[in-house]
Amino acid sequence: MKPKILLTAIGATMAIAHAGPALAATEVQWWHAMGGKLGEKVVEIAEGFNASQSDYKVTPVYKGNYTETMTAAIAAFRAKQPPHIVQVFEVGTASMMAAKGAIYPVYQMMADAGEAFDPGAYLASVTGYYTDTDGNMLSMPFNSSTPVLYYNKTAFEKAGISEAPKTWPEVEAAAMKAQAAGYPCGFTTGWQSWVQIENFSAWHNLSVGTMANGFAGTDTEFTFNSADHVKHIGQLAEWQKSKVFDYGGRRSESAPKFYGQECVMYMNSSAAYAGVKANAKDFEFGVTALPHWADVGSAPQNTIIGGATLWVLQGHDAEDYKAAAKFFSYLSSAEVQADWHQFTGYLPITTAAYELTASQGFYEKNPGTDVAIQQMTGKAPTENSKGLRFGNFVQIRDIINEELEAIWAGTKSAQEGLDDAVARGNALLRKFEAATGG
Amino acid sequence: MEKRVVFSKLGLPILLVAPQIVITLVFFIWPASQALYQSLLLEDAFGLRSQFVWLDNFIALFSDPHYLDSFARTVVFSAATAGLSLGVALFLAAMADRVLKGATAYRTLIVWPYAVAPAVAGVLWFFMFNPSIGVLAYLLKWLGYDWNHYLDGTDAMMLVILAASWKQVSYNFLFFLAGLQAIPRSLVEAAAIDGARPFKRFWTIIFPLLSPTAFFLLVVNIVYAFFDTFGIVHATTSGGPAQSTTILVYKVFSDGFIGLDLGGSAAQSVVLMAVVITLTVFQFRYIERKVAY
Repeated sequence: MKPKILLTAIGATMAIAHAGPALAATEVQWWHAMGGKLGEKVVEIAEGFNASQSDYKVTPVYKGNYTETMTAAIAAFRAKQPPHIVQVFEVGTASMMAAKGAIYPVYQMMADAGEAFDPGAYLASVTGYYTDTDGNMLSMPFNSSTPVLYYNKTAFEKAGISEAPKTWPEVEAAAMKAQAAGYPCGFTTGWQSWVQIENFSAWHNLSVGTMANGFAGTDTEFTFNSADHVKHIGQLAEWQKSKVFDYGGRRSESAPKFYGQECVMYMNSSAAYAGVKANAKDFEFGVTALPHWADVGSAPQNTIIGGATLWVLQGHDAEDYKAAAKFFSYLSSAEVQADWHQFTGYLPITTAAYELTASQGFYEKNPGTDVAIQQMTGKAPTENSKGLRFGNFVQIRDIINEELEAIWAGTKSAQEGLDDAVARGNALLRKFEAATGG
Repeated sequence: MEKRVVFSKLGLPILLVAPQIVITLVFFIWPASQALYQSLLLEDAFGLRSQFVWLDNFIALFSDPHYLDSFARTVVFSAATAGLSLGVALFLAAMADRVLKGATAYRTLIVWPYAVAPAVAGVLWFFMFNPSIGVLAYLLKWLGYDWNHYLDGTDAMMLVILAASWKQVSYNFLFFLAGLQAIPRSLVEAAAIDGARPFKRFWTIIFPLLSPTAFFLLVVNIVYAFFDTFGIVHATTSGGPAQSTTILVYKVFSDGFIGLDLGGSAAQSVVLMAVVITLTVFQFRYIERKVAY
């Protein structure tokens, strides 16, 4: 615990000392949470930028997973050695926004640095999550994804299912046919709170919380125990008994169920595409939109994003921020974005990058990769489908996870579980409101 | 009359105890007092705004039924972890004490797991018991038990207990073995001549003579189970399903370092500290009486 903060502080001090007079170029520290192949891609982007000019140098530093990266950056800020740029996941957004003295809003930094910046070039459904009430972009979108449905085409053929399911009753029918054909389970899901509560709500134009899902203020309260939510979660709990649905863990631990052909359908991030492609060895797979209930809300509306954005922290010289601004321009150029999008399965953050990818024929060669974009941009977002902005949401997601697990296990009914999650979540919202001074 | 050796001046003794006192101050008293102070604050993650809220954090904790539940879970977890790791280690040590051939290799192998970091140990067990791809889960399924720690709280609890005690067995084993080897052979042999069977010899001679070691290990293991196991829980179950493995120290970790609720987390660590101090005092006061040095 303590040693971690100390280490971060030492690391930051050494990095700063190292970046001292020896280098002519202005150095910008970029703390990120992308491991493995994605991490290599991040390094490639930074190297591309460094090679493109000689005045500035961006140094990417891997800081562990999302929570570790955010915690490290906050600890470094408290120790007065913050990185310039830090990658923060979407559920940390409210915490970052509330930290007014700690962050340097991106729109303001771009203006101060005299860098050309057109917020209209970015996909509204992506930036909507990260803009303040006046429409200003506070952070730079980097890796955004949205949940989609992956299905086992080979299994579908064997079970005599001709079409990918569009609605939940169709999912149930497909699952039962697959089970009759010998597959033990119908479908599973990753990130249950994100997919089955947050995106379920946006997709059906239902609110997760009051005050426009928290966008309009911190005195918000949760509403995800409505009759429609209870119906959906109750149905999943019912399906858990017959393994039409089978729960497999809070994050992406359920993936092996799909890879191993235990479950024939799998709901998870569009960015799981590369993983599914690499692991679906013995079968063909397809990608389609998240299923909806035809009789609930005005479904299908649009889904919301997950993933992370780049935040700029205060505490450095104006020259450093100029470098960061130049880097952001490079990062959002159509070429860099299109490459990132095609390589990772994350959404292209600008319209130009989407069009470039389309003109390169990528979507035709890789069917299903554009499902996420269409799902997000199919309709203009409403108050319920713009995104979420709740304080302490990292902890609240864990509460939702806990209550959902109790529902799947049958120890609580859907109504009880969701009521408890809302009550416990509201308590944390009040705490956040008090801590940040409303 | 008792002969006492007294330092003639005050300087030297102070110098001699100073390093220990400094270490205690810097690494225990100072952080502990910081935690105590922090537990009275309500602060945002970045430390930009901070309010003194007296005991609000504690009141919030104790009015939360889930927090009270996690006390009971922690007791179950700690007792099972300490019991299992002590029991297995004692058994292995008693066996190792009689091994003549290859004793070093045997000992080395048993000590190995201690070098494994808690998080790594957690991941190891996590994979072995993974309901979809785990070897042991597969074996259990074959034996007719449907293992699923994602849904079944009891399974999850068993998993974290196994992972947590596995690591500790090595440590306990070393101490037990040393303790066993310090017991004079003549006592055991005399008992054998008197006709005492191995189990009787163990229970009436060896175990009482081993009690100082056992007592020391009991204290160490309880402290370990209370404080040092959040890494294992984090890597295996993240406290789930539905809080069934959320023990006190994991909640401290997840609220503080994942949730960034520093005040609430500090309040929990103060409570945890009080619990462990009480337990330790209790152990020294009551259990130690039964220990024969």
